[in-house]
Amino acid sequence: MTDPILATRDLHKDFDGPDGIVHAVSGIDLSIEPGEFVALQGPSGCGKSTLMLMAGGLLRPTRGTVSLAGTDLYTLSPNARAQFRANTIGFVFQQFHLIPYLDVISNVLVPDLALPGTNSRERAHELLDRFKLSHRLHHTPSALSIGEQQRVALARALLHSPALIFADEPTGNLDSGNRELILTHLSEYVSEGRAVLMVSHDDRAVEAASRVLHINEGKLT
Amino acid sequence: MTLSQLVIREIGHRKLNFVLGVVGITLAILIAAGSVGLLRAHDMKAAAIIDQAVADTEAEMKQLEDSIRKSMKGLGFNIYIFPEGQDLGKVYEQGYAEKTMPENYATKLGNSAIITVNHLLPSLTQKLKWPEKKRTVILIGIRNEVPISFRNSKKPLLDPVKKGTLVIGNELADSLELKTGDAVTFMEKPFTIAKTHPERGTQDDITVWMNLSECQTLLDKEGLINEIKALECNCSTVDRLGEIRKELLAILPGTVITETESTALARAEARVKTKQAADTMIAAKKAERQRLREERESLAAILLPLTLIISMVWVGILTFMNVNDRLTEIGILRAIGIQSSTVLSAFLVRAFIVGLCGSLIAVAVTALYIQSAASAPHLHGFTLSALFTNQELGLTFVLAPLFACAAAWIPAVRASQEDPAKVLRHD
Repeated sequence: MTDPILATRDLHKDFDGPDGIVHAVSGIDLSIEPGEFVALQGPSGCGKSTLMLMAGGLLRPTRGTVSLAGTDLYTLSPNARAQFRANTIGFVFQQFHLIPYLDVISNVLVPDLALPGTNSRERAHELLDRFKLSHRLHHTPSALSIGEQQRVALARALLHSPALIFADEPTGNLDSGNRELILTHLSEYVSEGRAVLMVSHDDRAVEAASRVLHINEGKLT
Repeated sequence: MTLSQLVIREIGHRKLNFVLGVVGITLAILIAAGSVGLLRAHDMKAAAIIDQAVADTEAEMKQLEDSIRKSMKGLGFNIYIFPEGQDLGKVYEQGYAEKTMPENYATKLGNSAIITVNHLLPSLTQKLKWPEKKRTVILIGIRNEVPISFRNSKKPLLDPVKKGTLVIGNELADSLELKTGDAVTFMEKPFTIAKTHPERGTQDDITVWMNLSECQTLLDKEGLINEIKALECNCSTVDRLGEIRKELLAILPGTVITETESTALARAEARVKTKQAADTMIAAKKAERQRLREERESLAAILLPLTLIISMVWVGILTFMNVNDRLTEIGILRAIGIQSSTVLSAFLVRAFIVGLCGSLIAVAVTALYIQSAASAPHLHGFTLSALFTNQELGLTFVLAPLFACAAAWIPAVRASQEDPAKVLRHD
């Protein structure tokens, strides 16, 4: 039994809604260890994204703790937490969120802005080569296919070799070929001793996970 | 990947927003430069006009003063010193003193520390019959000015008559048909006419001027004179007779001193009035230029801050729009771990570039305009370097970017504090 990369304890998140307080997440205890590919499934509005944002250090919980690589995230200042995210976490989104005016290589290198003095150009080329995007280095996102855009987003998330990848519906917009490619790369990454927490409605994507968690009305079921 | 690369590529991507920002800064600087430039051109032109007016007036006054100085010789502010016991009534009656005094009285005055007199002219005057011509004339013997010992020599007020020559008045010359160079005999002594005066309309027209020593010999009054003209040239000062009398009588007690002045005073007063008129004209010109300047200054005082405020709001709105366009991008950058200070810097660096480009274009446009419109009346032909110093131009390249940063500050801070969770939750 190794130390978990991510551990949440009694995690709660409440929002003020028009009809009173909404309990988006209620008392979730979650632990993800290195080498785990965890899929999180649940209906829309069940609290999946809220849980992921809290676990990623982006949304302060109403109650409970989030420990990432042994550090209690919300004891850190916002700037320290940002620095911690830059070193430890990678994000992949359903909409990719590439920066439209940067070419492929520059988009992959954007995380270097978070770590001044870092030059990950070699690593970026290596990743893009692995993701079969070497011929697209100087294309902007608008010139890429959907699958290529998601591969660029994945390369960006992996640039600093984070211990944990948060993937929010990473295959939601992809055809089967690209879906397989992304899942394969995530699985390979996990096999290197890292971990992935993936939110997905896609049953075929979930099949790639080593563990599946279900969430409903803010609670793990 | 560096921050500057990110900013430059974003500018290339959102060209319109950038161009509009640059246009805003450019216009603000152009209006500011225009206002300041016009005021300075106005000031320099006003200074040139006033300087020219002052120079013209000074030249005019100098000419007038010279003219008055010469005319004073026979017109006024001339202190007449007559021999002791001379009845002035007789002088007024016959035009000269019947009594005489030693010629060395003039030398005595010249050697004294007299301060109110600038020129000393001793003379011997007598009305007599020119026997050879059978004409009554006024004979005046004159000599060189008596130098005043403690003063530098001054330009002589009249030319002395050389021995063996005569200078005659217009009426005599005309009626006796005499001209310069003619040989004549006066009281049995041969003379040559050295000069004939133009008509003066006074007794001068029937006067014969002769060298003083020859005159004294002919009249059998060796070493004697009957008048000293003591010329006081400080003619802008009215009535200093009392002071002059006191000073002269201390040196030549018993002499009779009087003054003729009215014409000179009138001319002196005219000169003073001319100067006053010139001063008034200059003051009016100054006032007019000042009024024009104040009008332009008032306009600039409204236009300048208004332009700066509008430009600031304009750049602020454009930055705000830029931030709104990039909310998702900001959210992603913050999620990736980029510090809020880096996000703030990205927007401020962009604003700095907007300000820098705006200032470069504005200075170039100003220079080109001034060069192409050098003959435009409102610029009075002044060049860029005459209207603005290099330091001011250099300062524009610093202040405009800082101004743009100040304008972008609020939206930039808002961007840096954007909550990434808010963006990603609504994604």
